[in-house]
Amino acid sequence: MAKVKMPRKSVSLDMTAMCDMAFLLLNFFILTAKFKPEDPVTVDMPGSISELKMPDVGVMTISVDKDNKVFFGVEGQFVRREMLKLFAGQYKIGYTPQEEQEFMNLSTFGVPANQLRTILNMSNAERNKPGVQPGIPIDSADNQLKDWIAQARYADKVVAATNGTESKGLRIAIRGDKATNYPTIKKIITTLQDQNINKFNLITNLEGAPELAGQ
Amino acid sequence: MAEIDTGGGGGKKKGPKKQSTKVDMTPMVDLAFLLITFFMLTTTFNKPQVMEVNMPDKNNEDKTQKLNEKRAMTVILGKDNNVYYYQGVNNPEVKKTNYSDEGLRKLLLDKKKEVRQVTGKDIFVVIKATEGSNYKNVVDVLDEMSITSIPIYALADITPADLDLLKKNNLE
Repeated sequence: MAKVKMPRKSVSLDMTAMCDMAFLLLNFFILTAKFKPEDPVTVDMPGSISELKMPDVGVMTISVDKDNKVFFGVEGQFVRREMLKLFAGQYKIGYTPQEEQEFMNLSTFGVPANQLRTILNMSNAERNKPGVQPGIPIDSADNQLKDWIAQARYADKVVAATNGTESKGLRIAIRGDKATNYPTIKKIITTLQDQNINKFNLITNLEGAPELAGQ
Repeated sequence: MAEIDTGGGGGKKKGPKKQSTKVDMTPMVDLAFLLITFFMLTTTFNKPQVMEVNMPDKNNEDKTQKLNEKRAMTVILGKDNNVYYYQGVNNPEVKKTNYSDEGLRKLLLDKKKEVRQVTGKDIFVVIKATEGSNYKNVVDVLDEMSITSIPIYALADITPADLDLLKKNNLE
């Protein structure tokens, strides 16, 4: 019997091309990834079947934690700086350039106006400890949230004007905890309505839509 | 720098050793794909979902429309995850339900059908949250509205009359 000689084939294949592609994609995803900024507030959001995504740009977020403390955050470092300047002017507080710089990096905060400086002079880890920030006052007698919102909207316009673009207006998103009580949410909604903001978003977790029989 | 490895003291000269230029890239590719998966998942799932809420304009109070009593249904969010509801406006009977599928959802679907049959128009749901309710309750009810595809609903303030109604029916 004649032996059939099988040609030996190498099992190693050229992975250069695949490797190239893998790293290209890796680079893309690393560069586009937005890291979650450190938050001083933990919010356990309720679920809903809504599949609308959060808009990409120009959002201000009002977070409310389970102890009904209100936190505020706006996107865009320059908007934040402008907002702080306007707010400082309104409340007659002067901030040093270092403090302004610090505020630019502050994605979310929840302190009354008179404690803002203390927070700005803290380290990041310190100020994000639970309980350090007592929340922004939203009582009708002292509604600082209203001022922040008004100044943020104005600051957004100012920044857009300096960039030579038209501002699309800031969208408003409320991020409430499951256990937040309704009066707090209502106060926020009233605050928004007082400024003629009748359209806003509630941030929720995704939940599967149930099947409805006989629909 | 690359020529450093010239073969020890230089006693024997056998010519350059043929070395394969191929490197085993499997671990590197493994790692690269692992990282790709990680970044892909974190970027796409990072975006939270939102619900859109439109409130009526406060300055346009005169535009409030008169509603047909038969179409109106009021849902009151009480404390301890209780839901109360009544139909109509004048001296209605208040009943109690809960947030489960068999409770509020079934009720809304039934009422929607019923109102459609009686009036030929869509039901109108007024949501009133009491002080004892929490944010999850509100989101749940708004969510039920979209699940049962009720087109017209409104978030309204609770009135003393509603609270009286609850008290009268021994529900609180």
